[in-house]
Formats: sequence, structure tokens, C-alpha cells
Amino acid sequence: MIDWSGYIGLILQGALVTIELTVMGSALALVMAFVAGLGRLSRFTAVRTLATVYIEFFRGTSIFVQLFWAYFVLPFAGITLTPLQAGVLALGLNVGAYGAEVVRGAVRAIGREQHEACVALNLGRYHRMRHVILPQALPLMLPTFGNNAIELLKGTAVVSLISLTDMTFQAQVVRAQTGSTLIPFTAILVLYFAMATAISAGVGWLERRASRGLDGMRV
Amino acid sequence: MPSPIIRIDNIMKTYGPLTVLDGLSMNVMPGEKLALIGPSGSGKTTILRILMTLERINGGHIEVDGEQLYHIQKAGSLVSADERHLQKMREKIGMVFQHFNLFPHKCVLDNITLAPMLTKGVAKAAAETRAMELLDMVGMADKAKSMPAQLSGGQKQRVAIARALALSPKIMLFDEVTSALDPELVEEVLNVMRKLAAETDMTMLLVTHEMGFAHDFADRVLFFDKGRIVEEGKPDDIFRNPRQERTQSFLRKIIAAGHRV
Repeated sequence: MIDWSGYIGLILQGALVTIELTVMGSALALVMAFVAGLGRLSRFTAVRTLATVYIEFFRGTSIFVQLFWAYFVLPFAGITLTPLQAGVLALGLNVGAYGAEVVRGAVRAIGREQHEACVALNLGRYHRMRHVILPQALPLMLPTFGNNAIELLKGTAVVSLISLTDMTFQAQVVRAQTGSTLIPFTAILVLYFAMATAISAGVGWLERRASRGLDGMRV
Repeated sequence: MPSPIIRIDNIMKTYGPLTVLDGLSMNVMPGEKLALIGPSGSGKTTILRILMTLERINGGHIEVDGEQLYHIQKAGSLVSADERHLQKMREKIGMVFQHFNLFPHKCVLDNITLAPMLTKGVAKAAAETRAMELLDMVGMADKAKSMPAQLSGGQKQRVAIARALALSPKIMLFDEVTSALDPELVEEVLNVMRKLAAETDMTMLLVTHEMGFAHDFADRVLFFDKGRIVEEGKPDDIFRNPRQERTQSFLRKIIAAGHRV
């Protein structure tokens, strides 16, 4: 009879790493989404081009390859990252590229009449974006941001390939040591699902908060 | 005789192959209440949008309050104005839109205080005091904390008027401000505008299909067709004795459609 408590502890340690990666990766992705998404709407061609190149590159190459680059290739350029740093970097940049398109789409979805009201009230570009456009665009972004965060959570499993001891990595360790596949992989299945459900609930709450008063009526 | 507050000199406005304004010139005197009428597509709304810098002109010059709107002097020659100049000029002008364009995520009070606080650096308390005065004037003081979505069209438009007034513009532009309203809500907005005309010496330009209101409100009526002023004059002359055939046929159609004159 196997004593499972130690192995479950191992998986829970891995769960913490997965949560850490998801939180930090999402934070980086969020920053990149706004930087690149608003960059694509810039009136400066150079900024637009830079943002477009970033988005197309990170959407167009595999997260797996990006992760290996961050961890194994960057050291040749003199940049050595810990597995956690490489994981956060690759996940954040990858998911941020998808998020950027969400930001751009939501900002563009705000009607011309809101921009015109801002001009008539003499609000400058920054004030327009900060006080009028983004607060209305945010509720439109949130559902897709929730999707992206869940994608990122599931994407964290690839970091086990650069020997980061995340949940999937620990499940494989447990499987190797006990010979049981069912129990460790059922455990992480449930844990991934629980985490994704928590993200959904969190985003749903944010959505309700952010869209307070915006009842879809023409204003 | 004072000089005009708005001088429009030979302006052109085209959208691709379509010419909307074709060498239009007109002056507006300080404090004058002007009604711009005419069939849709005649260019009357475009003039307001150009004055609000929502559309650029393709030729000609506009002077507002003694300064070029779209041009600045640089090294002795007149060049296109930059954003800074436009921002300075926009302080003189306010606009109320057909579809209100309130900020749906902000309550009535915040809709009004936002621009004065951000563009003029007015302190929150002072901005709110002024906003409440304006809301009182438009009869909306009890709705200060309501969200725009909770208001009727007429109420929204009255808030939009208060919002534009909060920046104390010298010139107010009203672009078909009652066209999107249910008929029974039109009068409450018109009443606010009557009050505004009576109590302030602001210059007002009004694009409207409410001929009765234009008649009572305006010092001068301009009839537009195909980007040109076909006829202008005192409201009595335009509405009772239009001289141009085009003005006559337009007014006949309007009356046939059930609008009172």
C-alpha cells in the first residue's frame, strides 16, 4: 500500500508553482496586452509597426519554442534566466500578444460619438483614453481576458519541459515513483479545473463590477 | 458695429468625389442666435462639425473670436494649426449632439464635472457646485447621481446641454438636438434652450427641423441647399415670405409632413 500523503504534498507544491506562474504570467500578459494593443492604435507609424511585429511574432510561433528560446538560447546572448523567469516571460509575452488584439478590438468598438463628445469637451488624447474610452472598453475586454488567463493556466504545463517543478512535472514524478498514473493525473485534472473555475468566477465578478450602469442603452 | 465672432470665408468641404460645402462664406455676430435649416445633406450639420473641429476643411479660412481656427502664423506665413492651437480654440466652442453622447459609465454629475476638472484644472468641489447650478437651470438637479441609462432622452439632452455649458463657451452649437427625441420630450429641451437664449449672451448656432422653434428662437435664419446658402433673413421673412423657389418648396414639404411653422 502506497502512502499517498507525501505524494499529494508534492503535487500541492507543484500547484503553488503553477499558481505563481499563472499570476505572474497573467500580470505580464496584461501589461503587454495594453502596451501592444494601444501601440497598434498609435498615430505614430513606428509604434504601430513595433506593436504589430510583436503581436504577429508571438502569435505565430509556438509557446514551446518560445519557452526553449527564453531558457536555452538567451544565455548565449548573456541573459540567463531561472526556469521560473523564463516561464513567466514566455507565457506573458505569448498570451499578451493575444490580449493585445482584445484591447485593440474593445477600444475600437467604442463608438465614434464618444470620441466626438471628448473633442467637443476639449479632452486631450490621454484624458480621452484614460477617462472615457478605456473605462467603457474594459467590460468588453474582460470575457476574452478570462479566456486568455485560462489558456495561460493550461499553458503553464509546458514549463515542466525546462525542469520547472510545476503541477504537471510533479505528477510525472509521482507517476514515476509510484507507478500509478490514475491518481496523480486525476489529482491535477481536478486541480487545473478548480483553478480555471476560480479564474472564471473572478473575471465574472470583475465584469459585473466594471459594467455597472452600462445597461447597453444608447446614451 | 462690433466685428463678427465667426467669419467663414470661402470654405470647401469634400468627401472623396462628393462636395458638401462649396465656397461657403458667412459671418455670425457676437450674441447672435442663428438657425440653419434645409434638407438633409445640405451641409448645415457639416458647418457645425467643422466649427467644432470634428471635420477638417479642404480650403478656405475660418476665424473664431479674432483668431484663425485651422491656421496659425509661423515664420510669417499661415500654416495648418497643430493640436495645441485646436485645443485652445475649442475652449471657445461647445456642442450638443443629436444623440446626446453622454458618457454612459459616469453619473450625471461626473459627466458634467469631468471636462472642467481635467481641462481647466477646476477643483472638484468648485466643479460640482457649478455643475449643480447648471443642473438646476436645466431642471435636472434631482438626477445628479443618476446614470445616463436611467434617464429619458429629453433628460439626457438637458444634461448634455449642462455639460457643454460647464466649460463656459462663447459659442454653442446645437446639432438637431431634438431629432432623436420622442415627440412629447421635445418641448422640455426646447424650453431649456429658450431660457438659455433669454438669460445669456452666448452666440448660438442651431441646426434644426423644428421650424416653429427656429422661428421663435433665431435672430436670423439661413436656408441651405447643396452646400450653399440659398436664402437668409429674419425668421418672419424666411418663413412667411420666402423669396427663393427652393426655400418655398422645402417649407411646403415640411408643413406637409406635419411640422408647424
